[in-house]
Amino acid sequence: MRIKRSSWAIPYGIFLILFVALPLLLIALYAFQDRSGAFTLQNFVKFFNTPEDLHTFVYSIEIALITTVLCLLFGYPAAWILANARLNRSAVTVILFILPMWINMLVRTLATVALFDFMKLPLGEGALIFGMVYNFLPFMIYPIYNTLHKMDGSYAEAAQDLGASPATVFTKVTLPLSMPGVWSGILMVFMPTISTFAVAELITLNKVKLFGTTIQENINNGMWNYGAALALIMLVIIAVTSTFTDEEDKRADEKGGLI
Amino acid sequence: MAGTEEIIRIEHLTKRYDGKTVLDDFNLNIRKGEFVTFLGPSGCGKTTTLRLIAGFITPDEGRILLEGKDIATVPPYERPLNTVFQRYALFPHLDVYDNSAFGLKLQKMPTDEIDRKVRKVLKMVAMTDYEDRDVESLSGGQQQRVAIARAIVNEPKVLLLDEPLAALDRKMREDMQLELKEMHQKLGITFIYVTHDQEEALTLSDTVVVMREGRIQQIGTPRDIYNEPVNSFVADFIGESNILNGTMIRDKRVSFIGHEFDCVDKGFGENVPVDVVVRPEDIYISRKTEGEQFYGKVTSCIFKGVVYEMLVQTDEGYELEIQDYNAFEAGSSVGMHVHANDIQVMKKERVCNTFEGEVVSADRVSFLGEEWEIAPTSLEPGTKVKVEVPFGGVDLQDNREDGTIEGEVYFILYKGDRYHLTIKTSEDYFLYVDTQDIWDKGDLVGVKIDPKDIKIVKDED
Repeated sequence: MRIKRSSWAIPYGIFLILFVALPLLLIALYAFQDRSGAFTLQNFVKFFNTPEDLHTFVYSIEIALITTVLCLLFGYPAAWILANARLNRSAVTVILFILPMWINMLVRTLATVALFDFMKLPLGEGALIFGMVYNFLPFMIYPIYNTLHKMDGSYAEAAQDLGASPATVFTKVTLPLSMPGVWSGILMVFMPTISTFAVAELITLNKVKLFGTTIQENINNGMWNYGAALALIMLVIIAVTSTFTDEEDKRADEKGGLI
Repeated sequence: MAGTEEIIRIEHLTKRYDGKTVLDDFNLNIRKGEFVTFLGPSGCGKTTTLRLIAGFITPDEGRILLEGKDIATVPPYERPLNTVFQRYALFPHLDVYDNSAFGLKLQKMPTDEIDRKVRKVLKMVAMTDYEDRDVESLSGGQQQRVAIARAIVNEPKVLLLDEPLAALDRKMREDMQLELKEMHQKLGITFIYVTHDQEEALTLSDTVVVMREGRIQQIGTPRDIYNEPVNSFVADFIGESNILNGTMIRDKRVSFIGHEFDCVDKGFGENVPVDVVVRPEDIYISRKTEGEQFYGKVTSCIFKGVVYEMLVQTDEGYELEIQDYNAFEAGSSVGMHVHANDIQVMKKERVCNTFEGEVVSADRVSFLGEEWEIAPTSLEPGTKVKVEVPFGGVDLQDNREDGTIEGEVYFILYKGDRYHLTIKTSEDYFLYVDTQDIWDKGDLVGVKIDPKDIKIVKDED
């Protein structure tokens, strides 16, 4: 029997249905059900009436924003230096920056905890933000480095030729042309940080609670429907962010970027 | 057009990359309003020279004077020059108008003046209707026009053009050539143009600078370069030509392809080997079997649009290319003659390979970065010697491993009865070979030399 080429996709299709589509559908279904399985909006009403959960939600977004902004502030200059042939002559330095991405996040996080312990620093909000930035910085550097590295050097030369000083070349040409990488970086940092909970739990020893933890607690305590509703709210936020950055990405440039 | 006032003077300009000289002692004066073209094959240093003038790279030696002032330390953004880049380098995040206005905006010029100038220049390049267009949505030719507009709107003293038409198709290229020429006349700006296309160089320029291997081969008007090439490289690079080995018998008398001819050149000495160039259109061909200078048989005849291009095997065994308005079909017997003033005699650049070497032992000598077997010598090991190898003494091998050293066929010249090849060795030395075998440019070869063909002479210095 001849196997069609499209048949090769079947295992992947089954995998996607079982582990992506079905769980998402279940989340959506559970979010609009009460314990008995009847349709209700009560889960969402409960969320807006529980100040503690609402506060955690806003706080999580705040932390994610701070992390993203810090990653951008540290990541862009790092990416720029790495991509600059005069400042960085070896590919090894790039690898050194990317290296942390190869190590399990939990290992890195536990190492951060050990480091803070060793230096007798408090394991509070500061430690949390440090841990998050440390964890996600490579995800900001890499896409920006990628766009800068691939950028045709003749754009900068053309700008210089037309009278732009090095600083002007950066603001008028290099920065605008690297925006696709910046948007990719923002997306890759903001999306995981908003839903992270393990990092927060481990670093702050459960002192600081993020939205991910709230969801996990509810589900662990058998509140499947409420937990599903919270998860759905978070998914909506992520979806909105990624559509927004996608639009920006397209506007900035059709090419470049990491994803 | 071009006045007598000098605008750029380039003195002893030299540039090296990793110890390799890519531009060697380049000297040139450019007059105000002149259209100068740097012409040569890739790697000849023409783009390097342009980039040195623009200021993107700094020279290792020499200076560039702009209106009498050395601009070596002036960064590119302060030089009153603008460049049209090979792949245009239009800013993809800006539209046509903003690309064109980029330079003027940086000069902090009033908006209405910028607007006036940009509109004027866009009209000049016929891009008025495209102001708001995204540059990436434009065709190659349109992008080219915007690139030109973006440069000339700044009214530079000199416009540098780096192979600006290379990416366009033939028809478009020819149209743009005319437009560029017109634009040059209208603007009165000095143009420095880089190209590898000899036709383009001859069409556009007031002055052509032919370059090879980082050195200037010849500077002259297109007519000079075409009619009186100074060496076989220029003759071969510019237009079609028959390049032949000859001997200058005495003043105004030269022998080649087995015959003696009158010519107009003198001052070479007597019985001196020379290169002779005859353009295909300068050989007169007829069906006469007597009363002509030499005779042969047509081996191929191709119609080229206006003329027929024929290959003729002469009775003495030389192959010549001939162009004529009349067809002489393959197989026909023909007679030919050449007028004295159509024979261009050039000094030979070399009559054999010469290298610097050192004796290693009684039967080995080192040169070209390798040791070679030679006929036994009485010279002491360590003696510095001059090594001479005739062009015909070099054996090229298909298998690179079979040679003493490896090389690449770098340049091919057909000399009527043999090929004269330039081989670039893996260590960047040049070696010249005469052969009957057909090789292609870029072929990788092994190089062998028969010990009896290696002649060594003690170096007196």
